[in-house]
Amino acid sequence: MAQTKKQRFYIRTVILVVLTIAIVFTVYSNLTKEKNAVLQVGDKAPDFVLVDMDGNEHRLSDYKGEGIFLNFWGTWCKPCATEMPAMDNQYGVYKDLGVQTLAINIGESDLKVNSFVNRYGLSFPVAIDRNKSVMELYNIDPLPTTFLINPDGRIEKIIKGQMTEQDIANYMDQVKPS
Amino acid sequence: MDKIVCTCGNVNPAGTELCESCGRPLNQETKEKKLVDMRYEGSARRSQTYNKTIIDKIWNFFSSVKVGMWIIVSILVAAAIGTILPQVFYVPATTEADIAAYYERIYGTFGKLYYELGLSDLYSSWWFQTLIGMLGISLVIASLDRVIPLYKSLKKQQTKRHISFLKRQRIYGIGEIEASNESIDKAEEKLKTMRYKVKRDGNAILAERGRFSRWGPYVNHTGLIIFLLGVMLRAIPGFYVDETMWLREGETLYIPKTDGYFLESKEFTYETYSKEESSEVFGEAIDRVGSIAKNYQTDVALYKGADDAVAGKPDELEFVKDSSIQVNKPLKFDNFSVFQMDFRLDELKAMKFQLQDKETQESFGDFTIDLSDPQPIYELQNGYKVEILDYYADFTGFEEGVPQSKSPLPNNPAFLVKMYSPEFPKGETSFVMIKETLEPLGENKHKIAFQSVETRDVSGLTIRKDLTLPILMLGGLIFMIGVAQGSYWNHRRIWIQRLEDGQVVIAAHTNKNWLSIMKDIDAVSVVANLPKYEDQQDLDSKAEKGEGV
Repeated sequence: MAQTKKQRFYIRTVILVVLTIAIVFTVYSNLTKEKNAVLQVGDKAPDFVLVDMDGNEHRLSDYKGEGIFLNFWGTWCKPCATEMPAMDNQYGVYKDLGVQTLAINIGESDLKVNSFVNRYGLSFPVAIDRNKSVMELYNIDPLPTTFLINPDGRIEKIIKGQMTEQDIANYMDQVKPS
Repeated sequence: MDKIVCTCGNVNPAGTELCESCGRPLNQETKEKKLVDMRYEGSARRSQTYNKTIIDKIWNFFSSVKVGMWIIVSILVAAAIGTILPQVFYVPATTEADIAAYYERIYGTFGKLYYELGLSDLYSSWWFQTLIGMLGISLVIASLDRVIPLYKSLKKQQTKRHISFLKRQRIYGIGEIEASNESIDKAEEKLKTMRYKVKRDGNAILAERGRFSRWGPYVNHTGLIIFLLGVMLRAIPGFYVDETMWLREGETLYIPKTDGYFLESKEFTYETYSKEESSEVFGEAIDRVGSIAKNYQTDVALYKGADDAVAGKPDELEFVKDSSIQVNKPLKFDNFSVFQMDFRLDELKAMKFQLQDKETQESFGDFTIDLSDPQPIYELQNGYKVEILDYYADFTGFEEGVPQSKSPLPNNPAFLVKMYSPEFPKGETSFVMIKETLEPLGENKHKIAFQSVETRDVSGLTIRKDLTLPILMLGGLIFMIGVAQGSYWNHRRIWIQRLEDGQVVIAAHTNKNWLSIMKDIDAVSVVANLPKYEDQQDLDSKAEKGEGV
C-alpha cells in the first residue's frame, strides 16, 4: 500500500510532536523538581492537628472561612524571637476580624517553649510539632517561615525570614475574610 | 516524487537503489558500481527526495547516523567535563552564595569559572537533558526510517533475481555445468539439511537463514528507548524518592515523603574488629589505622499513622514492624528502602546533677535532666527542690545579659535554675553550665554539682524509592537481547539460478562472517555441481595491492 505524501507528512509530524513533548516535559519537570516538591502559592494548605501549650487542639481545616497566619519558629532563632511581639500585637487586632494566628515550634521541649511564651507574653496559640511531621509536610526551611492561608484554605503567600510589624499587618489584612 | 517502475514490473518507492522484487539496479550510480551496497537492501531508507517541508528537514536531520554520532560524542564530552570537579550535590554547602564561594576557595579561578558556567550542576542542566532527549529522538527516527523499508524489501524479495543484481554480489560465480537441473535439486536438499529456509521458483533457489539477526540493532534501540523512558519517569512525582533524615536513639520521627510512616530508633550500634578475633585478616590494618569498622546498625521500629490521619497527631501510630538496618541491609516497606548511611556518636541526652551545700559538699539529692524534655520542677527529699527556669541547649554566651542558644541541639547545655531549701524558701538563683556556675543574683549557699552524662547516638538514614528500576532493567535486558541477536546470528542468503542460456549462477550475501557462508557453499558443492565462485571484494583488494595503490 503506497503512502501518500500527505500521510507521510502527518505521521512524521505526529511522531516528532510526541517526542518533543516528552523531552520538553522531562527537562521542564527536572528543572522545577525542587520547586514542585515544596508547597506553592495557590496549593491547598495540607491539614494537620496540633495541641497548643494550653492543651487546646487546633485542626487547620476547622478554621475554614477564616484567614490563617501560620508561623513556624524556634526558640533559638533570633529573627523568630524578634518578630514575635509584633505578631502578638497584630493578633490582638486581627483575631476579631477573622484572622487566626498559629505559631508552630519545631520539636523543642515544653519547658523551653513555655519559658519563651511567658517571657514574651504571647497570647496567640503556640504548639509544638514533636515528630516534625508538620514541618516535613510544609517543607519548612529556614526558620522563621510563615504561611498565609486564605479563607478558602489555599496558600496565599509564603514568607521566608523575618517580618516587620507593618509586613505582618499587611499580610493579615490580605487573608482577612471579606 | 515519482515511484520507480522496474523492468520486472515492480513499483518501488522513490529513492530505491535496487528493485525490491528482482534486484535490478535502478539508477545510474548503482549500475556503475561493481558491487552493490546491501546494507539496507538498496531500499529507499532515507527519502532525501522528500525534503520540501520543515518537518521533512527535521526528520532527515534526526534520521542521519552522522548526526546521531555527533549527538553521542557531545554527550560523552559533556559527561566527561562534569567529572572534572565534584558536582553541586557532593559539595558541603547549601546556599547559592556558599556553593559559589566553595568552588572558588577550593579550586581557584578554574572552580569559579566552572561554577559560573553551570558545569557544577551539569547533569541536571536543561541543555544536557535536551542532548539526551535528542539522542532519544535520533534513536526513534533513525530506527523507524531504516527498519520499515528493510522489513518491506526483505518481505518482498523474489526467489528469482535479475542477473544484474546477482553479479554485483560479493560472492559470485557463473559457469556451464553438467546435469545442472539435478544439481539444483541436490543443492536444494543439501541446503535444507543445513537449516536454510529454501524457496524454489522454477530454476531458481533462494536459501536464507538467520534473517532475524537483521532486527538486532532495532531491538537494541528499542531497549535503549525504554531505558530513557524509565529515566524520564523519575521526573514524575511518586516514582523516585531520595531523602535523608537524622534520627536519635529514642526519637520517633516522620519519614520524609512516605505518606504517614514514622520511624523510632531504639539503638545505634557501632562495632569494630578486635585484634583477637581477626588478627589474621585485619591485624596489620588495625595496627596501622587503629580500628576497623565491623558493623553500623540502627535497630528501629516502624509505625504507620492511620490512613485518614492528619499530620501532627503523634498518638495514633500503629506499630508495623521491628527491624535492624545495617549497611546494605535496608529496612523495606511499601517500595521504600531506608539505608544506614551515617552516624554521630555520643550526643548528650541527659545530665545528672546533685544539689549540694557549697561548703560542706553535703548532698540533698540527685536529679537527672532529660535534655530533650527538661521538667520544670525536680522534687528532692526533705523539702529541697530545683526549679528549671530556662534551658539553653547550645549556649554561646550572654547578649545584653540574656543567655543565647545558637541551635536546638544539646551541644553545650546551660540552665537557669532556682534552688529551694528550708533555709531559702524563696529560692536561690543559679546559672549552671557544663564546667561553671554563675550566681547572677548574689552569693548562694547551695550549688548544683554536675555528676555525669548520658549520651545517645544519632543515625543518618537515607530513604530511597525507585519505581523506575524494573523499567530500566527491562530496557537493559532488551538492549542485551538486541546485541546478542545481531552479534551471534548472521543473515545468510544464497542464490542459485539456471539462466536461459543454460549457465548456472551462484551468488551469496551475508551481513557478517563471510568465511562461514563460503564454507556453507563449499559443503553444498560437495554434493552438487556448482560453478566456481569468487569473493569479488577480495579480488578488488588483491588487484589494488597488485597495482600498488
